[in-house]
Amino acid sequence: MSDPMSPGPGRVDQEHGRHLLLQMLRVRQLEEKCIELYSASKIRGFLHVYIGEEAVAAGILETLSPDDAVVATYREHGHALLRGVPAATILAEMYGYLEGCCRGRGGSMHLFDAATRLYGGNAIVAGGLPLAVGLALADKMSGRSNITACFFGDGAVAEGEFHESLNLAALWQLPVLFCCENNLYAMGTALGRSESQTDMALKAAGYEIPAWGVDGMDVLAVEEAARRAADSVRAGGGPHFLELRTYRFRAHSMFDPERYRDKAEVLKWQERDPIGLLRSTLEAAGQLGPGEWAQLQTEAESEIARAVEIAETGTLEPLEDLTRFVYSERSAP
Amino acid sequence: MKSSYREALRAGIREAMQRDPRVFLMGEDVGAYGGSFAVSLGLLEEFGPERIRDTPLSESGFVGAGIGAALGGMRPIVEIMTVNFSLLALDQIVNNAASLLHMSGGQFHVPLVIRMTTGAGRQLGAQHSHSLEGWFAHIPGLRILVPATLEDARGMLWTALEDPDPVLIFEHGSLYNVTGELDDDAGPVDIEAAAVRRAGGDVSLITYGGTLPAVLDAAGQLAADGIEAEVLDLRTLRPLDEPAILASVARTHRAVVVDEGWRSGSISAEISARITEHAFFDLDAPVGRVCSAEVPIPYSKHLELAALPSVERIMAAAREVTAVRG
Repeated sequence: MSDPMSPGPGRVDQEHGRHLLLQMLRVRQLEEKCIELYSASKIRGFLHVYIGEEAVAAGILETLSPDDAVVATYREHGHALLRGVPAATILAEMYGYLEGCCRGRGGSMHLFDAATRLYGGNAIVAGGLPLAVGLALADKMSGRSNITACFFGDGAVAEGEFHESLNLAALWQLPVLFCCENNLYAMGTALGRSESQTDMALKAAGYEIPAWGVDGMDVLAVEEAARRAADSVRAGGGPHFLELRTYRFRAHSMFDPERYRDKAEVLKWQERDPIGLLRSTLEAAGQLGPGEWAQLQTEAESEIARAVEIAETGTLEPLEDLTRFVYSERSAP
Repeated sequence: MKSSYREALRAGIREAMQRDPRVFLMGEDVGAYGGSFAVSLGLLEEFGPERIRDTPLSESGFVGAGIGAALGGMRPIVEIMTVNFSLLALDQIVNNAASLLHMSGGQFHVPLVIRMTTGAGRQLGAQHSHSLEGWFAHIPGLRILVPATLEDARGMLWTALEDPDPVLIFEHGSLYNVTGELDDDAGPVDIEAAAVRRAGGDVSLITYGGTLPAVLDAAGQLAADGIEAEVLDLRTLRPLDEPAILASVARTHRAVVVDEGWRSGSISAEISARITEHAFFDLDAPVGRVCSAEVPIPYSKHLELAALPSVERIMAAAREVTAVRG
């Protein structure tokens, strides 16, 4: 892997590079707006933002097709947005409005979208992994060539469901792309304080799953690795595992006083901001001028600003609908 | 034709596999071993390892995979060896299967069937003998079935598979060897309504699953003493067929609930509460209950039998409520 801090010219096609930069800017903008809206008490509940980790979702989702499935965690606003769920629908969900992607029943941690095959938004750590295995099993048994991308954090590897799922996926050679978003902390517990083996790829290798670590701050490296892995999964190579080494710049949630890590550590990682890295790469290659940078920023800002305007016009689901969707609604005979 | 409860279950699975290529069975030892209670014996040879799928000992993993496969368009039947082991899969059952439809605002249905053995009576000790179906009946989003007869063992599965929501089927271990006559053309049955298994005007004996045979036995002996009991088989614990329960109490004015689960916080408590809430003025006596003793079910035969609802205890409870003058 080349060093993203001193990128050579032309690592990426200009148009595609700008596209990836915009994708990350859109997520960053959405998350910053979420924090603002949370502080203004317009969004409630738990809120976990993805700031610092944008390259992971941006790089991996770029390699999926619309028919593929995505399973994510409670830090999934970015995954939903980049998968194609409109920002206004995501925000309306956090406002608790009927116009939200789950009619306000899910909230920040439970974004679902059938149209883009986004299966959550799972707030039980590792709880999404068995679902991903099953989605892939259904695809395989039905002879479809879809794959399932399953995102989870480093905290999930301590759960039994992680190990059960990796074993099943490998045993049955299922088309799952396991994406471990290793941001070094399970909430406030550093990886080294919770795992006897901190090399995630080794854990996956124990299940005979091809696995490799990736610089999760370098979107180009993420995309390259994801494409290689996804192509192999799609070609029948069984599950693959990527450890995306990344970092969360903000607190775990809005309630986290961050007593467990040094400010200096955060600042050091912020020097490798995924957006800044790609911007430098493109600028060094003469693929991005100040005008274009400003234009991308404006584009992301206007999209999210417009989305907030739309979300704020949302309505509340009538109380008489409270118990709808506990069971399926049957059409009258 | 003559059939055992086990054979009736197997016939139900076979028919579902034949009718719908999306149906498959997975669980521990369902294939090469033939099922730990021999329910799926022979199905591997008939349908092959893709559709009769042995799993590792990973309850949470394969139950979750069943949920995922259901989301992906399949119609999985997941077998958990016993309800005791289902506790390892509670996260998937409660946090995913039961919650996804509501949490997603109605977008994602989970057409999954989970079968498991429940109950005591075979000296298997605490970790293989509990009756936790009442616990699962606490959870909105699940449908809980408790087949007690050959017809239900044969016919509930297909109806459950056609249901767009997760259905849990509890098979009492003491029923597998029960044999009787089953119509050759026995087919799918409803999974909504309780059934009156014996008519009688003096007391309602309300039960389900593994205790139905003991309740019918008790009702027969009570009749010799001039007490005619109506036996109501609930068939489904969630949603409860409340109208059938209330109608039975309206006919007999007395009720005893027989439930192999523990008394505290149980399905019998729920039934008793609903009778009190909605049929209080129909009652001529307080609602009686016969449940398991509040102990982890012991191994030793005499202790185990003492812990479980027995014909004698059911008869005693029925006599007690019928002795109260209306």
